[in-house]
Amino acid sequence: MLIFTCPCCGERADETELSPGGEAHIERQSVESSDEAFEGYLFIRENPRGVHFERWRHAYGCGKWFNAARCTVTLEVFGTYPAQTMRPPQDLLDHISQRRPGWTWRDLA
Amino acid sequence: MSELTVTRLTDRGMISLRGDLSDDALRSACTGLSGGDFPEAGHAIVSGDKGLLWMSPDEVLILLPQEEVGQALETLGSALAGSHHLAVDVSDARALFRLEGSGLRDTLQKLTPADLSPATFGPGRIRRTRLAQVAAALWMPGEGQVDLVCFRSVADYVQRLLEVAAEGGPVGFHPA
Repeated sequence: MLIFTCPCCGERADETELSPGGEAHIERQSVESSDEAFEGYLFIRENPRGVHFERWRHAYGCGKWFNAARCTVTLEVFGTYPAQTMRPPQDLLDHISQRRPGWTWRDLA
Repeated sequence: MSELTVTRLTDRGMISLRGDLSDDALRSACTGLSGGDFPEAGHAIVSGDKGLLWMSPDEVLILLPQEEVGQALETLGSALAGSHHLAVDVSDARALFRLEGSGLRDTLQKLTPADLSPATFGPGRIRRTRLAQVAAALWMPGEGQVDLVCFRSVADYVQRLLEVAAEGGPVGFHPA
C-alpha cells in the first residue's frame, strides 16, 4: 500500500485513488532527434531496485499530475513534488541520501 | 439496524467553475453567489442550500437553489468576461446525497480509503475520493451530516452502496 501526499491539493491519497503514470522526468524527443534519443524516449526505462522517481495522477481527487520518489523494494515514500519541474528538489534528494546512502538514479545521486 | 438515513437531494443546482482561483474578480463573483467566504484549499463553505466547494487548484463547485442557476451563469459570465474560465451547469450531471444519523464516519469508511477521522475530516472540509468503484466528493454541512456528490450515471450504484454499508451499522473504527 502506497500513500502519497498530493502536492497540488495536499490530501494524503491512497494508491487506489491515484493512476500511475510511469517514470518521471522523461524528456520528449521528436522528429529531429537521433534514432538513439528517440528509442530512449520511447522504450528505455530505469526499472531500478531501490530509489525510483515516478509520475502519478490524483485521478479520484484533484485530477492533477505530480511526481513522487519512492523505494521499489520497501515501498517507502520519500516525498512528492510538483510535475512542473525538470529535476527533483534538492531537499528531497538530501532526504533520500539520508535514507539510502549511495543511491543512484540516472544522473542523480 | 443503524440509524442512518440516505436521502437523494434533487432540488440543488450545481455550477462547476474552472479558472484562476486567486483572481479577485472570480472570488468575489463566487462569494456574491454563495453569500459566504471563499474556501481555502480542501475546504467547503456551505450554509443552507448555498455554498462553495473547493474541488481542485483550479476548480470550485458552486451550490445554489436550482432555479437560480441560469441567472448565476449570466452573472458569472459578465463578471469574468475577458478572463479565461469555464462555468457549466452540472446540476443534472451530478447526484447529491445527504447522509444523516449515527455511525456516519464508520459507514463511509467502509467505502473509501480517505482518512475520515475528525482530525482530517469535519465540518468545513471537503474530500474528493473514491466510494467503492466510483469518484465522489464528501463534505459535512454540520455535525452528524454528510453530503456527497457523484456522477449522476452512477447514482443508483452509490445509493445502494450507501444503504448496504449502513445496514451493518458502525464497526467501532471511529468514535461515534
